Amino acid sequence: MSDAHSSPYLHHHFDTLEQQRQASSLGMWVFIAQEIMFFGGLFLAYTYYRALYPEAFAVGSSLLSLGWGGFNTVVLICSSLTVALSVHAAQVGNKNGIMRYIVATMFLGVIFLGVKYIEYHAKFDHNLVPGRNFQFEPHDAHAHTAPVEFELPALVASAQAQVPQMAMPAMDGEALHAEEEHGELSFDPRHLQIFFSLYFAMTGMHALHMIIGIGLMFWLLRLAGTNRFAPEYYTPVELFGLYWHFVDIIWIFLFPLLYLI
Amino acid sequence: MTDPSVDTVAEAIPAESAPLINHHISPVTLYYKIFGLLMILTVITVAIARVDLGFMNIVMAVTIATLKATVVALFFMHLKYSAKVTWVAAAAGAIWLCVMLALTLADVLSRTWIPTPEAWL
Repeated sequence: MSDAHSSPYLHHHFDTLEQQRQASSLGMWVFIAQEIMFFGGLFLAYTYYRALYPEAFAVGSSLLSLGWGGFNTVVLICSSLTVALSVHAAQVGNKNGIMRYIVATMFLGVIFLGVKYIEYHAKFDHNLVPGRNFQFEPHDAHAHTAPVEFELPALVASAQAQVPQMAMPAMDGEALHAEEEHGELSFDPRHLQIFFSLYFAMTGMHALHMIIGIGLMFWLLRLAGTNRFAPEYYTPVELFGLYWHFVDIIWIFLFPLLYLI
Repeated sequence: MTDPSVDTVAEAIPAESAPLINHHISPVTLYYKIFGLLMILTVITVAIARVDLGFMNIVMAVTIATLKATVVALFFMHLKYSAKVTWVAAAAGAIWLCVMLALTLADVLSRTWIPTPEAWL
């Protein structure tokens, strides 16, 4: 590593390029750990309310489009592959490869956000956005997916199976009250608003990360276009890769938790 | 989608710059294999969700998602070839998240819930 000291890419406070690279990578992983805690709060809220209101969450999930959700999962995994290939191109000093795969990733990211727009638009159309205009039509649930069982005995059984400790008190008190109030509904529609609040908060925060990621890719394209990367220095590409893969991991958890209840 | 030119460039790196690159570079074929594995696991997740397993549905969903996340972290994010101190940072995020979820659920699931008073509704 003696010739590493002469590299124009080596900052004076590092001994070797490898040490410099590892320091940057560690810094990014600390940031990702912070991001885990940030999204963790949302996942905690989700877990808490799903444990309390399993019926409302099952109905809410059935109102989401499994087709679009699955499609977006595939798009995001493809984009993770293109980012990994872009980092590989940077490692071997293939400038055109970096730019080609970054553009491919941007394209896939835009497709994901476009699908997200279609999904959000449908939720606004069906009055499923939490707030004053929120309105749940039970027949929507039947129209969208396999029939949802609204009969009380079946729900008690499924609720007991899922959360044995809580099913009985909940059905004795609140849920039975809701049953009388809302006719055939076996859950309080307000609990459905909690599901959709979490849906918009979690997917919205995820989409914001993707928009930031697409912005970062413009910056990477500029750096790559002006020959700022070499096999011994491609830290921005590598750290961006970590960021994009992390955003993919968030979706890997969001997809089954929101769409596949 | 395989791009043979990328590997050609890898071989074309001048010998004098080789000592600078002493960290691991995964072959492109590994990325395609991981991609295939992630796709297969996605299909399995959707298939399992369509079968009613009761409580096991959520367990299976989270287990497969965790498996996918681990594969992404190890190979796409190069954690497998990273310094041990990087492992500590990655593990810290995951472990503290588990602590937060576990302690909260220990409270929520073990409580006795009293019905909400009429006046609050």
